[in-house]
Amino acid sequence: MAETHSLQDLQQPAVSSKVFIQRDYSSGTICRFQTKFPSELESRIDKQQFEETIQTLNNLYAEAEKLGGKSYLEGCLACLTAYTIFLCMETHYEKVLKKIARYIKDQNEKTYAPRGLLLTDPIERGLRVVEITIFEDRSIGSGR
Amino acid sequence: MKNCEYQQIDPQALSTPTPTPPPHAAAAESGNEQDKKAKRPRRKWEVFPGKNRFYCDGRIIVARQSGVLPLTLGLILVTSGLFFIFDCPFLVKHLTGCIPVIGGVLFVFVVITLLQTSFTDPGILPRATPDEAADIEKQIDNTGNTTYRPPPRTKEVLINQQVVKLKYCFTCKMFRPPRTSHCSLCDNCVERFDHHCPWVGNCVGKRNYRFFYTFIVSLSFLTAFIFGCVTTHLALRAQGGKGLVFALQESPVELVICFFSVWSILGLSGFHTYLVASNLTTNEDIKGSWSGKSGAEDTTNPYSHRNIFINCCSVLCGPMPPSLIDRRGFLPTEESAQTSSAEVETPSLAAKNEINVVGGSSQLACGLQDSPSPVPAPPNSHQNSSFA
Repeated sequence: MAETHSLQDLQQPAVSSKVFIQRDYSSGTICRFQTKFPSELESRIDKQQFEETIQTLNNLYAEAEKLGGKSYLEGCLACLTAYTIFLCMETHYEKVLKKIARYIKDQNEKTYAPRGLLLTDPIERGLRVVEITIFEDRSIGSGR
Repeated sequence: MKNCEYQQIDPQALSTPTPTPPPHAAAAESGNEQDKKAKRPRRKWEVFPGKNRFYCDGRIIVARQSGVLPLTLGLILVTSGLFFIFDCPFLVKHLTGCIPVIGGVLFVFVVITLLQTSFTDPGILPRATPDEAADIEKQIDNTGNTTYRPPPRTKEVLINQQVVKLKYCFTCKMFRPPRTSHCSLCDNCVERFDHHCPWVGNCVGKRNYRFFYTFIVSLSFLTAFIFGCVTTHLALRAQGGKGLVFALQESPVELVICFFSVWSILGLSGFHTYLVASNLTTNEDIKGSWSGKSGAEDTTNPYSHRNIFINCCSVLCGPMPPSLIDRRGFLPTEESAQTSSAEVETPSLAAKNEINVVGGSSQLACGLQDSPSPVPAPPNSHQNSSFA
């Protein structure tokens, strides 16, 4: 009932290791991450949960980079104004990046932090990797 | 058991050695003040590892050697200036008033796109963090080479059923994504690297290729236009009887510059139009990556959409990718964070802990999230950089 949570544990959860989900280049240079489930996370999170997160991220990036009517319109308009509208307007890509940041924050709060994991937004790593920080599992588990 | 654990936690022991740590609140404040006086928060561009120069507090990025850019600008300004001063009045009188308008629009286009090409981040990839680099090293089968530089490491991937070799970059400590190349002049890996243009004083890559293309196309129109106008001017003057020699004396500079630049710039525009239509980069074209020169197999460009129109649209009108280097973001103040946050967090967490000793996982989650890890810069910092 009454657990002894060491203040030191709460304050400085030690980083046990980091897992890096690399990019998947099978469809070209578009931003996609590999959905292969890393073995280090097997004890922490469901494979399905993880795959869902990565797949949603992939879909969001695909939406950002989609070549369609809207992006062409934006591109043509930008060309006509000698690309000066990029200085005043937020591009479609930037809007989707904000969406991605919100999604990652949401996933961290709801799914990953309770399991002692932390997702880092890929934009912080130059869209090269999805970095998942694994914190030491000292006190989790005893609370359940 | 309870008492033992709490006794271990001593705020003074937790904080990294700072001079004279007085009790809690005062310590936090004075610690912060000392740190603030010692160093103001620095932006990421100040510690950027590549050979680039930054202006306007990180908004503008240029290569280290931008030597020829002033020459390019100078030539354009001088030629256009002479055109407006000497040729326009005559042509407006004898032909039409549209001439300076067209000239003006082209000139503005050229200058704006030139400046955008020069001052925009071409698609620089930030170098791998030490953790990432260590992870990659683990994955590479290291046979324990004792030479200073190990043999080139490559990784093969299948892109649209085509085998592509990814090379490992020793400077940036990562496997380069496809179409990325390391520019030795700027000492950066640049995505979709086209070439390093000395005239523009910057690399041409994924993010500024469309600016570069618009620049050379509008420049070729401008030079052809000026050349045409100057020739018309001379012809009209010669007809008028005032003397060809007199007319020639007024505009030799423009004529010479335009004559020599028209051919080279038209040629360059034509070449780049071909590259855009086949979704190639100058780098790939020169190396012959997809034309089968280097390999015996039937290699085709895996990035081409097999349709000229779609290729052009994707290269020139596609979504504008964001800058990955976040020049204007603030550096995580690691040293000050350790001292001040350790001292500041102690009282708040102690209070939390006293109230909620039987902590559920949600409380722990909050504790975990508040841990001193580098706070990700919010996305609107990307928007702040005007030449992003």
